[in-house]
Amino acid sequence: MPAIGLTLVAIVLAWLTKNLVDDWSLFFRVFLIGLTNGSLYALVALGYTLVYGILELINFAHGDVFMIGGMIAATIALTLFNLQETSGLDTLIPAIFVALLVAMAGCALLNATVERIAYKPLRRAPRLIPLITAIGMSFILQDIALIWKGSQPIAMPATPRLSGSIFTLGTCPNCVVYTWNRLLPVVITIPVLIALVYLVRYTRRGKAMRATAQDKDAAAMMGIDVNRTISFAFVIAGALAGAAGVLFAFYFQTIRYDSGFTIGLIAFTAAVLGGIGNLPGAVLGALLIGFIQAFNEGLSWHAPGPGWSQSIVFAILIIILVFRPQGLLGEQTPEGG
Amino acid sequence: MSRLSSLTDHALDRAGIRDPFARRAVPPLVIAGLVTLIAWVLGVPPHPTAVIVLAIAYILYLLPRTVRRIALPLTVLTVAVIYPIVWADELNGKNRLFEFPLLGDPPSMDTMVAIVLFAIMAIGLNMVVGYAGLLDLGYVAFYAIGAYTVAWLASPHFSYPDLLGNPGIDINFGAVGVPPGVGGIHISIWLILGIAAIVTAVCGVLIGLPTLRLRGDYLAIVTLGFGEIIHQAALNGDADGISSLLDKKTSFNLTNGAFGINPVDPPGFGSWLSDHLGLPADFILEQGSYVNFVSLAYWSAIGLLLITAFSSIRLRDSRLGRAWIAIREDEIAAAAMGVPLMRTKTWAYAGGAFFGGIAGAWYGSFKQGVFPDDFLFNFSVFILCMVILGGMGNVWGAIAGAAMLTYLDKQGLSQIAEWFNGKDFGVFACDPITADPSKAISAGCLNAPLLATGIYGSILVLAMLFRPQGLIPEQRRKLEFETGVHDEPLMDVRHAPEE
Repeated sequence: MPAIGLTLVAIVLAWLTKNLVDDWSLFFRVFLIGLTNGSLYALVALGYTLVYGILELINFAHGDVFMIGGMIAATIALTLFNLQETSGLDTLIPAIFVALLVAMAGCALLNATVERIAYKPLRRAPRLIPLITAIGMSFILQDIALIWKGSQPIAMPATPRLSGSIFTLGTCPNCVVYTWNRLLPVVITIPVLIALVYLVRYTRRGKAMRATAQDKDAAAMMGIDVNRTISFAFVIAGALAGAAGVLFAFYFQTIRYDSGFTIGLIAFTAAVLGGIGNLPGAVLGALLIGFIQAFNEGLSWHAPGPGWSQSIVFAILIIILVFRPQGLLGEQTPEGG
Repeated sequence: MSRLSSLTDHALDRAGIRDPFARRAVPPLVIAGLVTLIAWVLGVPPHPTAVIVLAIAYILYLLPRTVRRIALPLTVLTVAVIYPIVWADELNGKNRLFEFPLLGDPPSMDTMVAIVLFAIMAIGLNMVVGYAGLLDLGYVAFYAIGAYTVAWLASPHFSYPDLLGNPGIDINFGAVGVPPGVGGIHISIWLILGIAAIVTAVCGVLIGLPTLRLRGDYLAIVTLGFGEIIHQAALNGDADGISSLLDKKTSFNLTNGAFGINPVDPPGFGSWLSDHLGLPADFILEQGSYVNFVSLAYWSAIGLLLITAFSSIRLRDSRLGRAWIAIREDEIAAAAMGVPLMRTKTWAYAGGAFFGGIAGAWYGSFKQGVFPDDFLFNFSVFILCMVILGGMGNVWGAIAGAAMLTYLDKQGLSQIAEWFNGKDFGVFACDPITADPSKAISAGCLNAPLLATGIYGSILVLAMLFRPQGLIPEQRRKLEFETGVHDEPLMDVRHAPEE
């Protein structure tokens, strides 16, 4: 078994090296795309893993909360700040700031509401039941977006100030350009991860969360308000999803009612890949998936292309789960230890 | 309900009626009388269909329990079988039996075929989810594989010479309705049903083997991924997509990409059965008002459904089925009792996939085309909804769930929306001219196709919150819900000894 796994890893490394040698600038361009997408996925994946770690529930509605966050951001930027292609930094920075604030607050509230309606009454039910209500809530949120914004994608203006370059390597067209909007998700995700790890490992609240995850009844006997702790986890997860939605709206400049499903699926896959319940694992898995997608879509030598991205991500997920059923960094759930 | 029955009990006691039959017979009659009285006061005439349905329900209700167990399915089956005749009369305007006040028209024959085929799929998924307790979120993959099997084996798809000039394939084995000069593979649909079932069952085993070691939630995400892979493979299986995958120019076209494979041969009994038994050789040539293409496809589908339901019930009571239920209840205990976990779970996957493949193949043949956008994740959830809403683990529940949800999806929702849009509710008056067709609700108009997902979502949430055991719960599950035995494993399954 390990021999097969190592062979597979070696083949992937050889493929990457061949591509790097063939065209280094393309490789790095693609690498930067992967880094950005991966950081974006990581923000969503952290929410999944946080909720799973405490409730052992795949919160299928999480991706749609993220989508609603993106829609809030788009609405604020387009109507409140009247964002246009010519907008300078004086509109952009407040627009992003306000959108972040409102979307994070809105999504935190939304996620807590979803938990209240669909999961809280089912604490004692078999595990399958809240999973199904989660799927139901996901559909309901998509429909809310359909009622609110319709089935057409909302387009955000491409602002040149945001896609301005930070540094350029090599001489164009064979060059690597790093832009501000690419940097944004990375500089947000890393501090968020550190803050979350600190929160869960070193604070009183984090201790309460870990206790609740291990045994709800025992935690309640120790004086922990279990319902509030769970709600708190959902609030944090929702805020992260809202932030990710804002970044998505500003980076991809388009958002639609079903964007949440695709990204949510990828993010959940990332969480599983890294080891569900494991915060650094979620980020690692998300970055890995971002790189896999970007390399698959961007590289020139034997890359299957964008049509097969999702398939390749899932195929890799299945292969990794066959070799390491607990994920890359190991799961951190009451059952998995 | 219990309050009502205690009320009637009290009244019957005071009236001095002791005979158990009368005690059972009287309360519904009293209710019916009251409803008729209210209807008469409000000026709503009793509807003939409603009266007939209620009368049949009342007779079934009065039958002794042992007789009812057989009589109820038989009645449903009889109604289902004679339905095409009723529908044809309905179309010709001979008898306007059905005019439901809110829902509008009764289910059309196309809807009925879909109901029967989705019921087969629901029974198949029920084996995996209901019996064995394995959450499968990628059931659509088996539907897709079945449908593509029939598309490859009964269509002119492989007939066209490719760009390199390789000649196409031309095979005909018992197929019907193939015009002369059309190449490609054409095999009798009955043979294909078997092939499709076996191919999908093998696929079920292939996806099952590496993943069944995983715990419930991991399994869910892996099956979901499998469904997405199959959908993407169908979407990108044309020459361009395969060239891109292999990074090599090829003209091999497997699935014809987003356009799908079209046309696929329609079903038929073939010339041999036609000569010897007088069965219709080619369904599409039958043009009668009762016996026509749709009704023949429908009756055959009912035959398939009967086989499926029968096999499913017999399987449940077999050694294998009892092993499935044991695993669902407690994996550790089952393993300790000597149930081979891997093999039993793999069989559950294979069994569920088998029937999914049959239904998919028949639906592909009935629609005479296979299109990749039919195979989205939503469809997996749709079938899962049927199983859960009907009552997990119960074949009758799965059929009832399939009937309700398919009818709502194909006709009911849009008819309700139409009725709603036609009414003037003041503020919510629908203005079709200013309505935005891309929005789910605009200018007071409801857009049924866009609202559908949300309505299913609400059904799922409400059903789980208020009746998690489903409409027709399995006896065992009902007891679990009533006595509060929950089937969460005591410890992690992965530490269990492997076989």
